[in-house]
Amino acid sequence: MSIALSAQSIRASLGDVEVLHGIDLSLVAGRWTSIVGPNGAGKSTLLKVLAGLLPHSGTVTLLGQPLSSLPGRVRAQQLAWLGQNESSADDLTVWDVAMLGRLPHQPWLSSPSAADHAAVEQALRATQAWDWRARALGQLSGGERQRVLLARALAVQAQVLLMDEPLANLDPPHQTDWMGIVRALVAQGSTVVSVLHEVSIALQADDVVVMANGRVLHHGAAHHPATHTAVEQVFDGRISIHAVADQWVVLPRL
Amino acid sequence: MMNQRASAIALVLLLIAVALVAVGLGVGSTGFESILHAVDDPVAWQIVWNIRLPRTLGAWVAGALLGLAGAVAQGLFRNPLADPYLLGSASGASLGVALSLVLFGVSPFATQWLMRLGLTAGAFAGAVAGVLLTLLLAKGVQHTLRLLLAGVIVGVVLGAAKELIMLARPDFLQSMQSFMLGSTGYVGWSAFNIMLLTWLLCMGAAWLLSPVLDGLALGEATAASLGLPLARLRRALVAVLALATGAAVAQTGLVAFVGLAAPHLVRSVVKTSHGRLIGLSSLAGGVLLMAADILARWVIAPQELPVGVLTALLGGGYLLWLMHQRGLSRGVM
Repeated sequence: MSIALSAQSIRASLGDVEVLHGIDLSLVAGRWTSIVGPNGAGKSTLLKVLAGLLPHSGTVTLLGQPLSSLPGRVRAQQLAWLGQNESSADDLTVWDVAMLGRLPHQPWLSSPSAADHAAVEQALRATQAWDWRARALGQLSGGERQRVLLARALAVQAQVLLMDEPLANLDPPHQTDWMGIVRALVAQGSTVVSVLHEVSIALQADDVVVMANGRVLHHGAAHHPATHTAVEQVFDGRISIHAVADQWVVLPRL
Repeated sequence: MMNQRASAIALVLLLIAVALVAVGLGVGSTGFESILHAVDDPVAWQIVWNIRLPRTLGAWVAGALLGLAGAVAQGLFRNPLADPYLLGSASGASLGVALSLVLFGVSPFATQWLMRLGLTAGAFAGAVAGVLLTLLLAKGVQHTLRLLLAGVIVGVVLGAAKELIMLARPDFLQSMQSFMLGSTGYVGWSAFNIMLLTWLLCMGAAWLLSPVLDGLALGEATAASLGLPLARLRRALVAVLALATGAAVAQTGLVAFVGLAAPHLVRSVVKTSHGRLIGLSSLAGGVLLMAADILARWVIAPQELPVGVLTALLGGGYLLWLMHQRGLSRGVM
């Protein structure tokens, strides 16, 4: 059982406020891990730290090597990132946006190779965004944009993929499609880590990390009763988890 | 498809530029007569070759520099309202010119090359100093918002310093006004060559750096996740911005709106990556300033309007129209 991504004694601050208070975490390679918790738990901050995008104390290790020692390009080839609501690339075409995912693989000054074109086409087809490839991002709806941004992250073809609220703006059928994409990636040996507010979907993952107040409260298999208890507790018992048709479904306690 | 459209627009802009050069050679107090007699009349040759041609081509390259700088600024700051003068270069150049006028007495109306050089050097040094001061105040280029704010502060402070100098020496007000309104009337072959070299250098650098602007459009975190050394590349982009703006301002004064309007004009007809946007904005900026310069020479001929006044009127009017159109298309007035 190899570890794809690990964090030791991670502390991180936003401004003057410390939001992660000494986190230790090991994420197993070839699995899908969801991070859940209430607003302000530090989920997105942790994901940014794991991606090397936020200053922090402690050590993050990617595929056995300290993240801080990896050259930016090598890190970008091994780890892809999908953030939330950051894009202002309305004038770029869908194709151009997806092709940005290939930047880590392209030598400076060189044109995209046949492999780059193939990777972008594959990613756009996987997210069903291929038909819009000539359209500008600004001409798409929120859900359509999200699928293009997902294609950009997929086009990196990294071994580890970190996604912060990837289901934002996606309708239920496309949320299902997203899970299909994640399952296919994991089947190919990739490691996927996602921060999700849709707890029912988070429980479809292999593992779940439960966070609150900048700490990891629980890390275990998604189907394990202890995980369900931790999830219910972290939301103050205001949700309950039920088994329906071989799936875990989260319902609000009214 | 977008590539073909961008290429077609580039071709149209180049054809318009060539047509405008032909028109520009004929506009002046002696009209097209000078062109007809250029071969056998040395005076007519002088007028066409040494005055009208460098001025017309100079207007194009100055506009091209501002269009390029505008596209880089808007990509760098991720703000469509950003213009090339944002980083303190305009106020720095104004202060540089004011100091040159007071210390050395050089005048924009002076014809001697040494005097012109003094004024140009003052404007360029001022533009570079303004940008450096902005970078110092912003503590580098890492934080876009801080950089933007520092640019505004430097603009206000250096602008106030220039006003103080003008209050103390009102005899230079007219000369200063000529710079502030922008003019291509003093562009000769040497000024054109300097701007052309700067444009080639900046265009090459901006083209190479354009993937960074595409990455930044996806957000700071995403750009960093792509392995781009953002701090280093941002410094290079700021250098391109400062050099292009400084070179144009030093030779033609503060020509308004070209840098802001050119990228908008391009975006209204084609959605494309920053590499192509920068190239097309540069071509559009060249056409805009050259057309405005010809108009400035022609409207009240044989007198001239300051070209900066025309670009402000035309560019501002165009942006207002664009805002109105967008408002209509979104159902908002």
